[in-house]
Amino acid sequence: MAEMVAEGKTPEILFWVGCAGCFDERAQSITRSICKILQHVGISYAVLGTEESCTGDPAKRAGNEFLFQMQAITNIEILNAYEIKKIVTGCPHCFNTIKNEYPQLGGSYEVIHHTQLIQQLIDEGKLKTEGGESFKGKRITYHDACYLGRGNNVYEAPRSALEILDAELIEMKRCRSNGLCCGAGGAQMFKEPERGNKDVNIERMEDVLQAKADIVASACPFCMTMLRDGVKNKEKEQEIQVLDIAEITAQANGL
Amino acid sequence: MIGQILFLLILAAAVAFFTRNAGKIRRNIKLGRPLDRSDNPAERWKTMARVALGQSKMVKRPFAALLHVFVYVGFVIINIEVLEILIDGVFGSHRVFSQPLGSLYGLLIGGFEVLALLVLISCLIFLARRNIVRLKRFTGIEMTAWPKGDANYILITEVLLMAAFLTMNAADHKLQLLHFGHYLQAGSFPVSDLLSPLLPADTKALVIIERGCWWFHIIGILVFLNYLPYSKHFHILLAFPNTYYSKLTPKGQFNNMASVTGEVKAMLDPSFVPETAEASRFGAKDVTDLTWKNLMDAYTCTECGRCTSVCPANITGKLLSPRKIMMDTRDRVTEIGNNIDKHGKDHQDGKTLLHDYITAEELWACTTCNACTEACPVNIDPLNIIVEMRRYLVMEESQAPTGLNNMFGNIENNGAPWKYAAADRFNWKPL
Ligand code: SF4
Ligand code: SF4
Repeated sequence: MAEMVAEGKTPEILFWVGCAGCFDERAQSITRSICKILQHVGISYAVLGTEESCTGDPAKRAGNEFLFQMQAITNIEILNAYEIKKIVTGCPHCFNTIKNEYPQLGGSYEVIHHTQLIQQLIDEGKLKTEGGESFKGKRITYHDACYLGRGNNVYEAPRSALEILDAELIEMKRCRSNGLCCGAGGAQMFKEPERGNKDVNIERMEDVLQAKADIVASACPFCMTMLRDGVKNKEKEQEIQVLDIAEITAQANGL
Repeated sequence: MIGQILFLLILAAAVAFFTRNAGKIRRNIKLGRPLDRSDNPAERWKTMARVALGQSKMVKRPFAALLHVFVYVGFVIINIEVLEILIDGVFGSHRVFSQPLGSLYGLLIGGFEVLALLVLISCLIFLARRNIVRLKRFTGIEMTAWPKGDANYILITEVLLMAAFLTMNAADHKLQLLHFGHYLQAGSFPVSDLLSPLLPADTKALVIIERGCWWFHIIGILVFLNYLPYSKHFHILLAFPNTYYSKLTPKGQFNNMASVTGEVKAMLDPSFVPETAEASRFGAKDVTDLTWKNLMDAYTCTECGRCTSVCPANITGKLLSPRKIMMDTRDRVTEIGNNIDKHGKDHQDGKTLLHDYITAEELWACTTCNACTEACPVNIDPLNIIVEMRRYLVMEESQAPTGLNNMFGNIENNGAPWKYAAADRFNWKPL
């Protein structure tokens, strides 16, 4: 972003990568897929790079409102300084936090999640499924991220990216507003689970197995981690792939 | 005449007692912190019409929804009949609506009878689901003897009330056919006529049965009314205001604490002078730290367990149960209310919702997934209470699990929840 400003350019959209998208090796591939899609359709975009910082989501869900607001207010200052109008995020948690919780603290932007961007591009005819890998005959199921689905009523956008594939779309028995959490939200990602008889992602993996899916599509880097752990735990690495909607879209378009 | 006086006395006592107890609940709810939910009335009326009146969130479980609609519609409509009973009771008349309504009256009574039968059958099925089939949803650590009994008492009472109503009609109709006394031909009795063969032919006995059931029915209803404030059945009243005051913002959006904003701004910019900060604590330790809406939620909870049955933490065997959060909140605020009645306003019993009722272990198991708020048929928000108590644990007691403390430290120092240097944030840069 700083570079673009130095060159006197204003990007159409700011891509908010998020901590997982920056640091988590697996999630970095989601980040790159989103970049490829943006470039492919010719949208000028920028990232904050080292100026980006945690939105404060995990701190807030864990009850640390101080830390959350410190992060939020600092981020808002940077976003406002660059006069950002529109943001696309690679993570439902960043999406929810910036879209819903930043306005009250002085940061109002048009915020969309990358699956919504993909849906828009498909609707506008800018993204087709050509020239890339075929998903023909694959059984794909989408795992609803809590902060997209129930949290913000985004159920259709990720599905529309899958519907245009030549694949067999199946729903798990718990889907959409009944979807089962992957177990990472509410800052669970960063702590040991409480005593119980099972981990949440294992419970979820059983839904995946029941649906006999070849590919589980996710739209959140944290769900991605949890689902991949679940696949590993069930020793299904050979049979079941976990892919982000952005990766699937990029692959289908040969990007 | 004696009957009329007795009736009036009972009615007055029942209404007075109910008003007193409902007033106590109102007072208890008002022990909560202020919260403004007066915005957007149009949207609020719509939500109430859809969720409370229209039962829209019940349909996720179609069979239960159907039975519940029978009981609900039956309850509301049969109240028209209760109006007649009240007027008859006060003025000593008999079936006072039959003359002015004419043939419509027959239709009405016939309709009530069908509904009464549906209510009766539904309640029997509900009883079976709880006591014979033993649905998992109706069990759990919080479902102790009292809540289990409570549910059964209500159902049994409804069965008895409906049975009395039908028996009364059967006896009445038999008397009508015998042209006995003031029992004028009125109404039609498609259901209760089936009971006729079971009744004696003797008019004296029939009158006793008819009167007996009449008194049982109306006194039963008044007792039932007064049982409400002690019971989860209070939801039949509170469901309406509670859905009206629903959270209208996206479920993922948590409130920003205004008291924190001032301090954070002052920290980042020393020239910023925060408005006089309120002295109250951060987050919730006891029910009085929660908002009135949290407390209204607690009194509205029907203990149906829909929330707990979809809670990922509960499903995987963790201690957390969102229904328990609501029941604990209600039990605690009721306890404080009783203390106020007994010992005066400032009595401290040394107990708090956090620790004495709800443990930190329960609170930390929540993934904030909103499955509970989505499932609740009366728009209750257990998650908000959980987060408020986490806030207290973290900001007042500094009692977060180690993993979370590390995460806080990382965000503070590197701007990311993991231990990576902020300078490495752009290392993914591929192109
Ligand atoms: S938000 Fe928390 S309490 Fe509610 S269902 Fe999810 S994990 Fe359970
Ligand atoms: S909170 Fe709602 S869903 Fe949960 S038990 Fe109470 S009424 Fe049922």
